[in-house]
Amino acid sequence: MDLISIRDVDTKWILSLFASASKMEKLARTGGKSLSGKIVGTLFFEPSTRTRLSFQTAAARLGASVLNFGPTEASSLAKGESLSDTIRTIDGYVDAIVIRHSLEGTARLAAQLAAHPVINAGDGGNQHPTQTLIDLYTINKLKHKIKGVNVHLVGDLKYARAMHSLVYGLAMFKANITLVSPPALEMDAKAVSEIEDEFGVKMEKRNSLDASDCEVLYVCRIQKERFADQYEAAKLQKEFQITAESLKGAKNDMIILHPLPKLDEISPEVAESDKVRYFEQAAYGVPVRMAVLERLIKK
Amino acid sequence: MLTVEEIDKGTVIDHIPSGKGLKVLELLKLAHESFEGRVALVMNVPSKKLGRKDIVKVEGTFIDEKDASRIALVAPEATINIIKGGKVAEKNTVRFPKELTGIIKCPNPKCITNHERALTHFHAHKNGIRCMHCERLYTPEELQ
Repeated sequence: MDLISIRDVDTKWILSLFASASKMEKLARTGGKSLSGKIVGTLFFEPSTRTRLSFQTAAARLGASVLNFGPTEASSLAKGESLSDTIRTIDGYVDAIVIRHSLEGTARLAAQLAAHPVINAGDGGNQHPTQTLIDLYTINKLKHKIKGVNVHLVGDLKYARAMHSLVYGLAMFKANITLVSPPALEMDAKAVSEIEDEFGVKMEKRNSLDASDCEVLYVCRIQKERFADQYEAAKLQKEFQITAESLKGAKNDMIILHPLPKLDEISPEVAESDKVRYFEQAAYGVPVRMAVLERLIKK
Repeated sequence: MLTVEEIDKGTVIDHIPSGKGLKVLELLKLAHESFEGRVALVMNVPSKKLGRKDIVKVEGTFIDEKDASRIALVAPEATINIIKGGKVAEKNTVRFPKELTGIIKCPNPKCITNHERALTHFHAHKNGIRCMHCERLYTPEELQ
């Protein structure tokens, strides 16, 4: 099995993964040996800190070794080797491939070429399924359910792949979703109506933040690397900052999540508040990815 | 009045939207130099159903169901008439296939299939047609 898109799995699969991830929380500190002797290849053609390091930590905590293909190795592609040949070659060395690339569909192509399991660690503006699993796991842990929880997705809903994956995952679990973004960064209307049709949910769209009915405020940064005009990206970021003022009226138990890295989209004052739970969310990255690696490699 | 010779054996593709006949020839590779049969394309024919339509006549070749599905994107209401002994032996309508492999390009410039040698693969979905790689959903018009 590969994990390329959140569309590839269902709620039953996700809940069963959560049960494994919950058991992995202890092993994420003490370590285990279930993948001893296995090698996980991490192929990151785009910069990454959390995703790459948490996959590498997850593999190490399960006793697997990591073969890292980073920017230096990516230079062989500059010599003219095709991405497909690179993937086929590395597939001969490892037991699983974790791949991130700026082009959409790269992980799917890798899965077609590789005999070993492939995990998508982000493909352009398309999908980031393990981030979604971490986000859903965090909401389930902190709110004890996902169904019916009022989740506001705030920020760059047009380009952020974490949002594209997450909105699908939340709809699968029938969360109450509100999409909040500047008009220029709204989620593709076709994608929204497709998800609404598929899961029988209705998403509310807003261009400004009103957190009074919000239980989970999920914020993401403006994806400036996907903008042609950097000035426009900076301007939108400035206009769309979560401040103490914008959170007036929010419930006491509202939590703020973020896929990180966080730039200026959350003001320093809010970042220091007890509503912030994104470092806990990032920490769940290890047990969730341990559960994914074990499930895919041991099968 | 413009008349085109009748064919004794072959295929007549009728009810092609006006202006799409050339695209049909292209999709079926009938305009390719390796195709040796006689082909007629009649354009802008008055039609009760479509107002104006194009018609393609192919001599000596029967267009099968798989080939017919290729033209569903450009001519969803086309009819495929199989001609044998100068008479219509079969009349089929074009049906959009559940999957399209290697036939059309993905319009998304950031889709990997536009950068690597990879066969495109599209799935029909109730709300459109999805690229299996970049997962974008398209209308048939967007894929033409």
